[in-house]
Amino acid sequence: MSIDVIKPGLASSIQDKGREGHYHLGIPPSGGMDQRSLIAANLLLANHEGAAVLECALMGPELRFSEARKVAACGAEMTPRVNGEVRPLNEVFEVPAGATLSFDFVKAGARLYLAIEGGIDVPERLGSRSTYALGSLGGMQGRNLQAGDTLALLPAHGRASVGRRLPSSLVPAFSKQYQLRVVPGLYAHRLTSESQAQFYAEDWTVASEADRIGYRMKGGTRLSFIDREPPFGAGDDPSNIVDACYPIGSIQVPSGSEPIILHRDAVSGGGYAMIGTVISADMDTVGQIQPHQKVRFVQVTLEEALAARARYQEVLEQLRQMA
Amino acid sequence: MTTQQIQAPFPGVFYRTPSPDEPVYVEEGQAVQAGDVIGLIEVMKQFVELKAEASGTLVSFSADNESVLEAGDVIGTLEVNE
Repeated sequence: MSIDVIKPGLASSIQDKGREGHYHLGIPPSGGMDQRSLIAANLLLANHEGAAVLECALMGPELRFSEARKVAACGAEMTPRVNGEVRPLNEVFEVPAGATLSFDFVKAGARLYLAIEGGIDVPERLGSRSTYALGSLGGMQGRNLQAGDTLALLPAHGRASVGRRLPSSLVPAFSKQYQLRVVPGLYAHRLTSESQAQFYAEDWTVASEADRIGYRMKGGTRLSFIDREPPFGAGDDPSNIVDACYPIGSIQVPSGSEPIILHRDAVSGGGYAMIGTVISADMDTVGQIQPHQKVRFVQVTLEEALAARARYQEVLEQLRQMA
Repeated sequence: MTTQQIQAPFPGVFYRTPSPDEPVYVEEGQAVQAGDVIGLIEVMKQFVELKAEASGTLVSFSADNESVLEAGDVIGTLEVNE
């Protein structure tokens, strides 16, 4: 059983829940940017929730199945089609032997997660099948899919059931304007107080460069850093610091002009001041924002961030308990 | 003669020229062959060529050079040869 890639889409990659525990050595977690949709697609099929799936950014692929297999697509709204006939999102359906699975234009959201009964079979690298393209690690030869690739699958377990559907209460809602919650720090004190306030008071537009490494924002007022004598080891630009670790979700603003939210393929450290960190509960949302959509940053406390994380974990638990 | 709307297959910035100081790929009213490049769409650090799906005449562009498109936005109109 295999799947032939006829058209790869724009940036389709094999992802699972990611490889944790190597970021201190420079290997980022990778994995699905919208973990909740990845987990939902797997659980619909009665797969292990971290089975390897296809993450398809902004445009779906065209795939031919050598044998019949049940699949589920969650996340961005791109209508699936089997030999041209519409199939539902957020619901298990079967792709017959020899049939072609394709997707319509994306209507909302940015990334679709296509899970296949059993999961995609590529070798695990550092405990994960996720693709880290910048480091040529994992997935399909360490890169995004290309036309002509063949995806091997693990054996179907037979527990997937056609028509099983995600309850509407667990289907994420997409928008064109998002609020992202941010805990300020660790270097927010390097900004003038006017700039700190300004950052949270304006709409930012996601730049077209936004990808798995980072989401760059444009359109806001340039931020001002407080004048200082650069400490030993820091660069001369006011946005420079002595090199430090970059958390996933941290926001850096090189030269004060364009904030970048680091995501799951980020570099692990460097010399730009991080003025805050998007809370973990909102990182799935970041992965579903299309370029040119609007973002407003909302300042929250660490306690609020932890409460949001607990609510996020409750949603994952509801997915696991889904009938 | 049938008319085909050329739609953006994904969101991004639309360019009618291969680079800023070069002429446009296709003028309005010009004949195109299936597979000819009509423009570029830029997103996620990639420039993807937008190609004519059929041979005919590119009657008009409805998207301006360097305009921001959503997936499905109409870029132009193609009159397809029978």
